[in-house]
Amino acid sequence: MARTYVQATINGVATDFLCEPRQSLLEVLRDELGLTGTKEGCNNGNCGACSVLLNGRLVNACCVLGVEIDGAEVTTIEGIGNPDRLHPLQQAFLEEAALQCGVCTPGFIVSAKALLDKEPHPDEQRVRYWLAGNLCRCTGYDKIVRAVLKAADDMEPARQ
Amino acid sequence: MIDRARVTAQPVALLGPNPTLRMPVEAFDYVAPRSLAEAYAHLGNGRTSLLLAGGTDVIVQLREGRKRCDQLIDLKHIPELMRFGFAPDGTLEVGAAAPLAALYEDAEVLRRVPALVDAASIIGGTAIQSRASLGGNLCNASPAADSSAALMVLGARLLIGSASGTRELPVEELFAGPGVNTLQPSELLVQVRIPPQPPRSGAFYLRFIPRNEMDIAVASAGARLELNATGDRIEGARIALGAVGPTPLMAKAAAEALAGEVPGEEAFARAGELAAGVASPITDMRGSVAQRKRLASVLTVRALRGALQRAREAR
Ligand SMILES: Cc1cc2nc3c(=O)[nH]c(=O)nc-3n(C[C@H](O)[C@H](O)[C@H](O)COP(=O)(O)OP(=O)(O)OC[C@H]3O[C@@H](n4cnc5c(N)ncnc54)[C@H](O)[C@@H]3O)c2cc1C
Ligand code: FES
Ligand code: FES
Repeated sequence: MARTYVQATINGVATDFLCEPRQSLLEVLRDELGLTGTKEGCNNGNCGACSVLLNGRLVNACCVLGVEIDGAEVTTIEGIGNPDRLHPLQQAFLEEAALQCGVCTPGFIVSAKALLDKEPHPDEQRVRYWLAGNLCRCTGYDKIVRAVLKAADDMEPARQ
Repeated sequence: MIDRARVTAQPVALLGPNPTLRMPVEAFDYVAPRSLAEAYAHLGNGRTSLLLAGGTDVIVQLREGRKRCDQLIDLKHIPELMRFGFAPDGTLEVGAAAPLAALYEDAEVLRRVPALVDAASIIGGTAIQSRASLGGNLCNASPAADSSAALMVLGARLLIGSASGTRELPVEELFAGPGVNTLQPSELLVQVRIPPQPPRSGAFYLRFIPRNEMDIAVASAGARLELNATGDRIEGARIALGAVGPTPLMAKAAAEALAGEVPGEEAFARAGELAAGVASPITDMRGSVAQRKRLASVLTVRALRGALQRAREAR
């Protein structure tokens, strides 16, 4: 099968790979690049488990083709914080117990980061609407919303 | 007792590749033309083409085998298709592939054409809106597509292009049936043109969904009202309905009955009844015929109220 050569910046690292045009960005991240932090839920745009940032905008990696990211910048959950230095959102998710099985968590963190990058002080309603494209089967959402609001507060001094 | 260490140490390779990560069964080529001329050349090369804007419909349809193609033509590298702005005469010209989020984040678009933002800001969630376009929403030709009824009441026209030239079409003439549009295989939608709105007018779009967001319309309605100089009579109206027929529908009789009337509940209720008369819905997982007919009337009244408020603010 004909594969296409693609060059992109993924989590700040210049990356190149081969993929078939019919492969989604989600498949490329997980199967070609071994970046399995981005999860597959529905594979049709509804659940947000595959949320990544594409040129700074939140997208569903299952609704993007791998070939489309040629020349683009992609941020996945692997590019947000690290085990020694968690991102404030990751810290807040732990403290607020905002995850149970954890499958939705990378998507929520990426999605919430996109919001806080744009609007550092969203109110609860704004957080809920922004996260409407991320589904969670376990938590009932309240803890997730609390964690995002807490992270926004925690990030305040860092910004000054 | 289960030996946990052994269970978790199971090599992933034994499980094989993730069976649920499905790609489309049939392979296709991907091309990313840099100009309209190049795109038209691809459309004319004899292969079966599909166009790719935000991909939020077409990538899923390809994966699920509901559509197929030899080549997928990405429109996002064609500058004209990604731009939007107001022409000197006040027409809002929106490139067919421009993402919805860019459109509704624009303060001037929100101020001058709020009914477009009513629709653009409820199509999917944030991640969908980063990519989804008006062109894709219209050309996908879902009877429930949110931008259709809004653009119909705004009197939008479509600039259609092909290798042999361009033509303009009122937006309501794009729809042929569920999932079918009237474009030729050689053509693509270049631009959505929303003319300057009449003075003392306001437009509004809304839908009914059982959730608060991220759902497809059970039914929807758009309305535009023009008031007379003193604001106590309706001079003209446009009403459009979504998800209550094989295509989005103009409710002509309902709109015409409003001309000359006093703007308010009595006239709106009658328009709502007349609008329900053009609805020819089906029963499906989202709603029943009876519910959708009732919704056509209720949503028409609510759209008219919203339009009236905006028309009054515009005076
Ligand atoms: C989770 C989810 C939620 C959604 N919610 C909504 C919703 O609330 N309301 C709603 O209306 N829709 C909704 N949709 C459907 C979809 O997001 C919209 O229809 C969107 O606007 C499609 O735009 P796109 O740019 O992604 O189109 P694409 O998928 O790129 O294209 C759609 C179709 O139009 C054709 N096309 C695209 N551009 C052109 C052009 N310029 N000329 C000719 N043909 C063209 C393509 O070939 C394809 O057949 C949802 C989809 C998902 C996955
Ligand atoms: S896996 Fe992409 S949205 Fe669900
Ligand atoms: S924690 Fe299980 S789906 Fe969200």
